Amino acid sequence: MGRYIARRLIHALFVIWGCATLVFFLLRMIPGDPVIQMLGPEYTPEAAVALRHKLGLDEPLFTQYVRWMSNVARGDLGGSIASGETVADAIKSGVPKTASLTLVSFVIALSIALPAGIVAALQRNKPVDYIASFIAFIGVSMPSFWFGIILILVFAVQLRWLPAIGYAEIADKGVGEWLKRLILPGLAIGAGYAAIMMRFVRAGLLEVLSSDYVRTARAKGVRERSVIVRHALRNALIPVVTVAGIQLALLLSGAVVIETVFSIRGLGRILVGAIFDRDYPIVQGVILLISVVFVLANLIVDVLYTFLDPRIRYE
Amino acid sequence: MSNPGAAITAADISVLGAGNAPSSSRGRMLQRLLRERKVAVGLILLAILAFIAVFGSWMAPYHPDADDFGLLEPPSLQHPLGTDSFGRDLLSRLLVGTRVSFSVGFLAAAVALVVGGMLGLLAGYYGRWVDTVISRGVDLLWAFPVIILAVALVAIFGAGFRNVVIAIAVAYFDDFARIVRGETLSIRESDFTVAARAVGARDREIMFRHIVPNLIAPLTVQLTFAVGLGILTESTLTFLGLGVNPSTPTWGLALNEGRDFIKQAWWISVFPGLAIVITVMALNLFGDGLRDAMDVRGVSDV
Repeated sequence: MGRYIARRLIHALFVIWGCATLVFFLLRMIPGDPVIQMLGPEYTPEAAVALRHKLGLDEPLFTQYVRWMSNVARGDLGGSIASGETVADAIKSGVPKTASLTLVSFVIALSIALPAGIVAALQRNKPVDYIASFIAFIGVSMPSFWFGIILILVFAVQLRWLPAIGYAEIADKGVGEWLKRLILPGLAIGAGYAAIMMRFVRAGLLEVLSSDYVRTARAKGVRERSVIVRHALRNALIPVVTVAGIQLALLLSGAVVIETVFSIRGLGRILVGAIFDRDYPIVQGVILLISVVFVLANLIVDVLYTFLDPRIRYE
Repeated sequence: MSNPGAAITAADISVLGAGNAPSSSRGRMLQRLLRERKVAVGLILLAILAFIAVFGSWMAPYHPDADDFGLLEPPSLQHPLGTDSFGRDLLSRLLVGTRVSFSVGFLAAAVALVVGGMLGLLAGYYGRWVDTVISRGVDLLWAFPVIILAVALVAIFGAGFRNVVIAIAVAYFDDFARIVRGETLSIRESDFTVAARAVGARDREIMFRHIVPNLIAPLTVQLTFAVGLGILTESTLTFLGLGVNPSTPTWGLALNEGRDFIKQAWWISVFPGLAIVITVMALNLFGDGLRDAMDVRGVSDV
């Protein structure tokens, strides 16, 4: 067990190192001179020399790489070109928004997917099952940003139930307002995720329901409700945990796009804005952060999995 | 890539055995395919969409760039889907845009298939350090969510048709690499490859005559899903302003332009999205049906 976790940890560190390396080369792969592109209309030869020096681009590649790595290890991602603040500070303002959005969409998605998947499995091949599967099918085929626009149209423009855009800090406006503004974007992101999860819950439950121990439980007269909840569901949910973790990437990338629809200045909005401003240090920082979060999420899921399913440890 | 749909389909497909379908059962396979309702529905929808993709410019009632109509006119007999903020006919723009969406989706998926397939084949067949190098690289790319990777690539190399295709292909090729590597690993040890090697077949001959034919089924399914994901990714990039040329009428561009007019003109936001949903659904239906029909062990539950 300990050895397994250690091995996974080392692997994760290796992947993070690889990500940092890739992101380092990101800036250096820009065709032509990135400094000219970043300065744009403000280009003068002097400004170019100054910026090149500031970014360390005037040094040998290897020196640049070593410095980048040691800076990243210390959490120093350089400075924004557009605003002059540090990349870490610029990103910090976006993290709570994207994290809130991801959390709310995760909760919304699971509270749709779990009941829907269970009902579909128990009503297998009946109308309810077909309807649920059909809706799930639409869910995975739909661009999340478009669903977000539709939600705004229906719930903000027509019904006026919820605000269309913006974000409210918990500290300023309280939890209610915070949540109110996250429901529509959360639903937009969560829909596709819920569709995938629902199919996994349904499949997992169906598999477990045909297993020997469920048949045994039924044979010895355990009530159906108890069979489902105590015997079947618990085991059916093990694979669901893995999928839930792996699909976290979907929520994160969803947040990146949906923030544009709902004008929430989270990591995604910051990333897209920085691309338009050619503020490459910010672009590097956001991409590195997202990939590291994703690697860590997978690590946690893997470890969690070994606790849930002891058979994994002996592999 | 760590894409939702892709990750799942890859996992599902790996369940497909390396069943070397003898040609006698090919007829039965076709029968099973056509009996699968999803395949039939998906195929009909795709045929209609393919027709529009080819003949869309002739079917369009107006030129897609003609902007001499009223601004933001709601759907009417003259303009069944209304007009946009520049006074252009939305239906004409969507019809013409079908070809762009399909081209990006198919090209990106094809590039991903060829590059990913070759890498997977090399990794699975030669093993050892070749496998280590390729697999670690694929693992690394997997750490970036698809959209993030595609956005990053477009940020570096700039927007435009070619770069968008490349960005999407890079974002999805690792799915193909994983599938092909896994299948190759198991087929390499099978009796018929061992036999071929014993009678002196060369590596390339074994790969292309014995291994590749066994990969056609899982790769067709994955290709179908990849085209759909490619179309979704293209529309997302274009919506963010990072897509193909802004002068090309695409579905994602229409959505991008309609965003500022949600309150005044719902039709600009609704119809292009519906076009995307129908297209991706047709591809997913077809892919799902194919998988069910070709899967010997019947993993149709997910």
